Amino acid sequence: MSRTIKLRKGLDIKLQGEAEKVKITAKVTTAAIKPTDFHGLIPKMTVKVGDKVKTGSVIFFDKYQEDIKFVSPIAGEIEDIVRGEKRKILEVRIKPDGSNAAEDFGIINPDSMDEAAAKKALLANGLWPFIKMRPLDVIARPTDSPKAIFVSGFDSAPLAPDFDFVLHGEKEAFQAGITVLSKLTAGKVHLTLRGNGTTDEALKGVKGVQTNTIFGKHPAGNVGTQIHHIDPVNKGEVVWTVNAIDVALIGRSILAGKFDSSRIIALTGSEVSKPKYVKTHIGATIATLVDDTIKGDNVRIISGNVLTGDKVTKDGYLGFYHSQITAIPEGNEASFQLSGGGWLGAGTSKFSINRSYFSWLTPNKKRVLNTNLNGEIRSFVVTGEMEKVFPFDIYPMQLIKSTIYNDIDLMENLGIYEVAPEDFALCEFVCTSKIDIQDKIRQGLDVIQKECM
Amino acid sequence: MKSLEKLMRKLEPTHESKWAKFHPVWDALYTFAFTPGETTQKGAHIRDGIDLKRTMFMVIVALIPCLLFGMYNTGHWHYVALGTAGEYTDLFADKFIYGLIKVLPVVIVSYGVGLGVEFIFCIRNKHAIQEGFLVSGMLIPLILPADIPLWMVAVATVFAVVLGKEVFGGTGMNIVNIALTARAFLFFGYPTMMSGDKVWMSGIADASKDGLVADGVTGATQLGELATFTGAAEDWTHTSISAFESAWPMWNSFLGMIPGSIGETSVLCVLIGAALLLYTGIGSWKIMTSFVVGGLFVGWISNVFAVNEYMMLDPFNHLLIGGFAFGAVFMITDPVSAAQTSTGKYIYGFLGGALSITIRVYNGAYPEGVMMAILFMNVMAPMIDHYVIQANIKRRLKRLKTA
Repeated sequence: MSRTIKLRKGLDIKLQGEAEKVKITAKVTTAAIKPTDFHGLIPKMTVKVGDKVKTGSVIFFDKYQEDIKFVSPIAGEIEDIVRGEKRKILEVRIKPDGSNAAEDFGIINPDSMDEAAAKKALLANGLWPFIKMRPLDVIARPTDSPKAIFVSGFDSAPLAPDFDFVLHGEKEAFQAGITVLSKLTAGKVHLTLRGNGTTDEALKGVKGVQTNTIFGKHPAGNVGTQIHHIDPVNKGEVVWTVNAIDVALIGRSILAGKFDSSRIIALTGSEVSKPKYVKTHIGATIATLVDDTIKGDNVRIISGNVLTGDKVTKDGYLGFYHSQITAIPEGNEASFQLSGGGWLGAGTSKFSINRSYFSWLTPNKKRVLNTNLNGEIRSFVVTGEMEKVFPFDIYPMQLIKSTIYNDIDLMENLGIYEVAPEDFALCEFVCTSKIDIQDKIRQGLDVIQKECM
Repeated sequence: MKSLEKLMRKLEPTHESKWAKFHPVWDALYTFAFTPGETTQKGAHIRDGIDLKRTMFMVIVALIPCLLFGMYNTGHWHYVALGTAGEYTDLFADKFIYGLIKVLPVVIVSYGVGLGVEFIFCIRNKHAIQEGFLVSGMLIPLILPADIPLWMVAVATVFAVVLGKEVFGGTGMNIVNIALTARAFLFFGYPTMMSGDKVWMSGIADASKDGLVADGVTGATQLGELATFTGAAEDWTHTSISAFESAWPMWNSFLGMIPGSIGETSVLCVLIGAALLLYTGIGSWKIMTSFVVGGLFVGWISNVFAVNEYMMLDPFNHLLIGGFAFGAVFMITDPVSAAQTSTGKYIYGFLGGALSITIRVYNGAYPEGVMMAILFMNVMAPMIDHYVIQANIKRRLKRLKTA
């Protein structure tokens, strides 16, 4: 039984620099796996600097769940293990040696797998980290039995890659990925597609899933929104989520019998001279992807989208889960009150959900927004603004406040089990008081993980 | 402007300098002049253009029609009391200048004292100075009679800012509306300056001592006259409610040609402000409309069960007289002291409006009920929210049971 959901709340932020539907292939570069991409993970290294690895060779595993392995995206040599404070491992860098050597784990027919075989294949070959769990929004625990698995068929974030374009021609791989995932749950696998707009062949007629449709603005494409409206998570329940692009990656790897780290990413943002799609691999160096296309120096490069991505430098690496790089101008210059960027100005270049700036005259204009906070951090004063962009039956401000003052009972009652930080990205965007809401929600989830899970 | 920015940056007090504790003051001035180049460090990399300064500024803009009309109206009733100008358009400039001289000092004292207190607390607590008082400072003068002595304004403002806000932790933490706290303080502390027949027309108190008041001018507001209906028949100002209605045409009440507090009289100006607040999305239409509906409802109920003359007053007339409209748009909507949930806002507004008219009609001791009703609802708002949130929690638990 498929479901159709219509959202009335939400917000599409229209930005300049949407990727053109052109695909180029970047050369294989130094890659890095960043343990910090996996929230809460403590890695145990299995390799040393100088070791030779193949694509798919295990480089570290989860200290507390040793089954979960993380593998090298390319073949080469461990160049460096970068550590930060308290010797926390930040990056494991792998220099390519030009070979295509890959660990061969044998081609398995996804249809003939049972649950144990599917789990084993995913865990041993570095494919497990693509599966995340709700609550908590961390890597799924292999010991759980999820009541359902959710896959979002599109990304509605600003300038997000078009899954129809990225997954075009991957029907077989996508189907294989879905088949493997369907072995992991006794419940359903939900694939939710965009209501308004087209859907590529690859995502149509997929077997073994319940296909749902969702209409509305961002965050319609967020899997959290879809879970909430289709089969919400209650206390004690677990659902798993996988990004559609990663479903195809899992499928490709299983069909080929080896880890396939290739990934098509969208190069977007107003500061990219020719926004386009680039075929590269997980953990690729940012510099080789963007180097000659970034305008100017005062630019923020983001691995991911503008709402939830991570700030990276040109020397940095693409995040494990990210299929997008965005470059927007830094807004690190003060502006006089009456000027364009000032608080008393006409504000035709500012974007706001309120109509207090004259930018409301051009609601459909694609804008260049910078990283300025556009104000100072304040107490919560304005109410009702978050509700406009938060399509959940949850009181956002009350939940945020409960995470700030650490009331576990209240967090549970208000629905902390259903949300991930990314669900609050728009709340954070619209917040008049400029509070770092995603960070607060993450802190709340950390408390819940420690005390209740 | 680059050079001014550099100069201000140069003057920024460092941790070591002896001016270090005045950093909040520097910060307030700097962020007033410039939107700082502060960038996002965590979470969303882009942010909405609005900030608290812009929000507060829009409310002040919305209050300007009320302020200007209030100045004119103050002058008008002064000349009416003296019998020199009966028509509204007579002596236009004189009236405005008289009003300006009366009202401007009240505004200056309210802002000066309020911001002063706020600065002291922020310096002491090492907090950034938040913009909350920018609106309160404008609201306080608008809900006071024009003849209020300036020292009373100062005392009331200090009381409101310290006990209404700073003891709870400053902007965003207060339980009751600051401006109404100031008014309530004066209302109970100095009732002779806040009620009766001698305060609503500027200068009438002095004029009556010298016997200069024009014939037929009593100095009472509509609400004062209406309140007499609750007493014995021989004390009635008007013989019946219809006599009252013909003495005070609703059109005049709508335009604001009635005596009252400085900024509350003109429903037209309030509506201009309301239009701005609603169009920009800064004011809550849920609270405003439900407040009006609540007022109309009790007005209508009174009509239906009318046992005295006052209860027969047209419910729409209730919306036009006194501070009802001003309260609906600028007072009950204060987001910090109002209910914060969507459903709660409807309940909160409705009860506020209903209570305002209830106090007016059924309590002869307080001719105007809006201030009392809003303060009461401010205190009740967290409870309304509590029950709304409990309903949400129950809904979530029920989902688990049925699943």
